[in-house]
Amino acid sequence: MSDYYKAEHLPSFPTIAEGQPELARKFFDYYGAVFADGALSAREKALIALAVAHAVQCPYCIDAYTGDSLAKGADLEQMTEAVHVAVAIRGGASLVHGVQMLEHARKASM
Amino acid sequence: MSGLSPEPSQASPLPAGRPHPQPELGEAPRLASLAARRLPLADPRQQVATLDALDLRAVPHGGHFEAALAAAGWPALRPARLEIFQVNLGKLCNMTCRHCHVDAGPDRSDAVMDRATAEACLAAFDRSGAHTLDLTGGAPELNPSFRWLVDEAAARGAHVIDRCNLTVLLTTGARDLPVFLAERGVEVVCSLPHVRRRNTDAQRGEGTYEKSLRALRLLNEQGYGQGDPRRVLTLVTNPTGAYLPGSQGSLEREWKEALAREHGLAFDRLIALANLPIARFLEWLEASGNLQAYMELLVNAFNPATIGGLMCRTTISVAWDGRVYDCDFNQMLELGVAGADGGTLHIRDFEPERWAARRILTGRHCFGCTAGAGSSCGGSLVEPK
Repeated sequence: MSDYYKAEHLPSFPTIAEGQPELARKFFDYYGAVFADGALSAREKALIALAVAHAVQCPYCIDAYTGDSLAKGADLEQMTEAVHVAVAIRGGASLVHGVQMLEHARKASM
Repeated sequence: MSGLSPEPSQASPLPAGRPHPQPELGEAPRLASLAARRLPLADPRQQVATLDALDLRAVPHGGHFEAALAAAGWPALRPARLEIFQVNLGKLCNMTCRHCHVDAGPDRSDAVMDRATAEACLAAFDRSGAHTLDLTGGAPELNPSFRWLVDEAAARGAHVIDRCNLTVLLTTGARDLPVFLAERGVEVVCSLPHVRRRNTDAQRGEGTYEKSLRALRLLNEQGYGQGDPRRVLTLVTNPTGAYLPGSQGSLEREWKEALAREHGLAFDRLIALANLPIARFLEWLEASGNLQAYMELLVNAFNPATIGGLMCRTTISVAWDGRVYDCDFNQMLELGVAGADGGTLHIRDFEPERWAARRILTGRHCFGCTAGAGSSCGGSLVEPK
C-alpha cells in the first residue's frame, strides 16, 4: 500500500460486496434501517453518527455525517455540540480511570 | 462538505454611481443583485452556458436531462392538467438573499409588473381552468397591483397563494397585510430556510431570523397556522449550501415542536425545496468551488418517480413583463414558451388548447427538481425511501 485513507474509498464503499455479497446486502439493509426516522428523528441519528465518527476517528464517517447532518436539517452549532459530546466522553473515559490511579496510589503510599 | 457558509458578509461591494434604495428597519444591504453589479452571470444565456460547459461524463447519461428523461420512459415532457397559475409580479424585493434564483432585490425596480399586464393575467386565469392563483416575486406584496389581484381572484373563489418573505410584513405600508390576507383566505407560503438563527441569517441576511419570527407572530395573531383551511400558513425550507433538503415530513415534525417550545409559534405545514443552480445560487456555487460536485449530486440523485409530479406539468408561469414560461426557473433563464409568432408567448395571447399541447423546455437545471424526493413550489414530490 502506498498510502492509507483515500477519499475515493467512501463512494466506493458498496464495492465491499465483491467478496461476500450476501453479508454486504444484510449490512447495508440494516444500516439503512438504522438511520430511518423512528423514535429518534433522522436528524438526531445523523448527529449521533457525527459524534461517534469523531470518537472512532473515522475520516470517511466524518465527511459522510457532516454532509448528512446538514442535509437532515442540523446546523453548525448543533453539529459542534455533538462533537463536544464525543470529546467529553473520550476525555471523561480517560479521567475516570484516574480513580483507579488514585486508589492504587493511596494504597501504595504512606 | 463545504456547503456551509459561516461567513455571511462576504458580499461584493455595491457598484458606484447607481442609487440603491435603503431597505427599511435600518439594515444596510450587504449584497447587490447580479444585474446591478453588471456581472456576466446576470445574463441568463451565460447561466445556461455555465451549466452546459460542465464535464458531467462521469455521471449517468452524461448529465443530459433529456437523456435521463428518455431512459425513464419520457421521450418528451408534456403537460398534465393545468392547476396552478403562477404570476411573478416582479423582481423588486426588500431583501437580497444570497441564494436568490430570481436575482431579486431593492435595486430591481426595473422589473415590476404593470397594471395592464396584471389585468391580462387575470383574464387568462379566467379561461385557464386553473384552481390556484400563485403570486410570487421578488416580494409580490410590493407590487401596486398585488391587492387588486388578490381581491379579484378571491372574489372568483380561487385558491390564492402569497409567496411571502416574511420580513416584508414588517415594512411600512404592509402593517395591515396580515388582516387583508386573512380576510380573503389567502394561503401564505413563507420562506424560512432553517428553524434556527444561524443558517437563516447566513442565507437571508443578518437579523432576518428575528424579523421572521415577529412576522410569523403577526400571522398567528390573525388565525394563521392553527389548522383553519382559510388561514393556511406554510413554511418553506431550503438548504443553506450545496446539499439536498432533508425529509419534509421529518423536518415538519421537528420544526413544529421546536417553534412551539422555543417561540410559542405555530404553522400548518412545511415544504422542502432544493436550490436550483441559477442566478445568485449559481454564482455562490461557482465562487465557493461547489458547482461541479453539486451538479454531480443532483444528477446522481435523479429519481424517475418525481417526473409525473413535476410542477412544470401543472403550472403556467408568467413573468413581470407578461411573457410566459413552463416554470419560474425557465422564466429566470428566459427559456420561453413559443408563441404563434415564434417569439416568447405573451399572456394576452394565452390559449388553453395550445398550452396543453406544448412540449416543456428542459435543461441541466431541471435535475434540481428531480433529485432525491423531488422539488417543486409545492415541496417534495415523493416520499423518501
